[in-house]
Amino acid sequence: MGKAFGAVAAVGAVGSLVAMKRTWDPLPSVKAAGFTTLDMSIYEENKLVTEKWRGKPIFVLKKTAEMVAKQTEKQKARDIVIGGAHYMVSIGLCTHLGCIPAYDAGKEGFLCACHGGQFDFSGDVTKAPPPRGFDIPPFKIDGNLLVLGEAGPEYMKMKETGITL
Amino acid sequence: MAHFTKATSVKDWLNQRLAIEKVEKVMASEYWIPKNINFLWAMGLILMITFVLLLVSGIFLLMYYQPNVDTAFYSVNYTIMRDVDFGWLWRHVHGVAASVVFLIIYIHMFTGIYYGSYKKGREMIWLSGMLLFITFSAEAFSGYMLPWGQMSYWAGMVITNLFSGGSLHADFLVEWIRGDYVPAQAFLSRFFMLHVLLLPLAILGLIGLHFAALRIPHVNNQDGEEIDFDAESKKYLAGDKVGSKVMRFGNDFLSKDMMVVGIYLIFFFYLVFYHYGFAMDPVNFDPADGLKTPAHIYPEWYFLWSYEILRPFSTDIGLMAFGFAQVIFVLLPWLDRSPNTVPASRRGLFAIWFWAMLLDMIVLTAMGKLPPSGIFSTIGLVAALTFIGLWILLPIITMFEKKV
Repeated sequence: MGKAFGAVAAVGAVGSLVAMKRTWDPLPSVKAAGFTTLDMSIYEENKLVTEKWRGKPIFVLKKTAEMVAKQTEKQKARDIVIGGAHYMVSIGLCTHLGCIPAYDAGKEGFLCACHGGQFDFSGDVTKAPPPRGFDIPPFKIDGNLLVLGEAGPEYMKMKETGITL
Repeated sequence: MAHFTKATSVKDWLNQRLAIEKVEKVMASEYWIPKNINFLWAMGLILMITFVLLLVSGIFLLMYYQPNVDTAFYSVNYTIMRDVDFGWLWRHVHGVAASVVFLIIYIHMFTGIYYGSYKKGREMIWLSGMLLFITFSAEAFSGYMLPWGQMSYWAGMVITNLFSGGSLHADFLVEWIRGDYVPAQAFLSRFFMLHVLLLPLAILGLIGLHFAALRIPHVNNQDGEEIDFDAESKKYLAGDKVGSKVMRFGNDFLSKDMMVVGIYLIFFFYLVFYHYGFAMDPVNFDPADGLKTPAHIYPEWYFLWSYEILRPFSTDIGLMAFGFAQVIFVLLPWLDRSPNTVPASRRGLFAIWFWAMLLDMIVLTAMGKLPPSGIFSTIGLVAALTFIGLWILLPIITMFEKKV
């Protein structure tokens, strides 16, 4: 009798926990509103523009010819190339705890005021505590347009080579 | 069925049904408190009164507050502060009490540590107290989200990100807690629920447990003396009030307590009326903006010490140090290996440990407020390592402590 009661109660308890967990999940409407399209021809060189995708800031930086010429292979691997121009496109949140770092165009780098993390112009980390460079959002190149939220072949390659998470 | 007689008075009527005389004895006039105590023993009642102040002011704020990302900020800063008569009073009482309650909690905690009030049967008092500290912290954090200003938003962002577990990248857990990719409506609504319902319920339950845990071992005293409460109370009831080592909780102990409470309330309302600014961060008077981080993100003063333990390290080590700092106080009754239940001043090395720990936490608090650069970064790192080191040393120094 006790065991039977326990078994029924356990099923009920597990069922309610599942329901509670699912109730706290993001709503379908939140999940669905997840695409942003950027026209990449409007950006100016070495001028950081912050776009928005899934409520998060997206850094877009068109690199100068000088930056492209001097960058290392590691920095180059993070580039998104559209129409011959090189762009740094990444989620503008410090990979430490999610503050928004500020860009200094003179020093060509980012500084996070929260805990002092630093990043270079390609979004790679140069000073801890952030454990890695900026994350790159899923993207798909479509002519002059960049669609965020959809994973294209260039993004898949970055993910496979471990450039972004 | 019990036998009831015609009541001779209202008191008798109630007594037959609710045994109010017996309840009064158990709860007050025959609940025995040692005489050998000082003003630090009044912190419990001060905390209870501050909690009631929070509850009452919270009820009034709740009548006008709107848990909506578009209207929350204005319902607080416009409706409550300007439209509602005396709305400012409830807000300032609530804000000041939320801050001051932690000051008293820390005094209460360190009093317990100093006098060894977590040992010899008093472990449950310490445990339930630490659970209260944790729920109060969660209550303070969830309440901080509600005005939906810049500090609300970014503190919410940073603290929920802690749950990704550093290199574990448990982003799904962070998104589950938020109900969105970033703090948004779902986040605000659920933290509102936690703040006004679930956490206060938990706090009420834990206060009950905390008080219950006190009944059998009784309140500690200034010398950690083991008092025979049965014998001493018999002595008191037999008329030897001077010779007895105990006194009644009500109204004898309470009347002394209320003296301290009176002084506290003067200080408290001085803050509410003339110096409330310390509890109102200026940055939080800008509405939440997910695309603009404030220059410095720092928690309220009472979380600074644990924040500073997180800060000087790389993500994973920082998280581990932070986790360590959050749980280590809970284990105090078992990390202190000494059998002595006496004030720290009579415990040799432990006295040094006590003051070093207190000082270290003050240094951590100060460094947590300063920008993380240069010398402050170094001092912060040293203080964080000292904190961890002191806890590692505790079992060792107390193991070799001489019995007093």
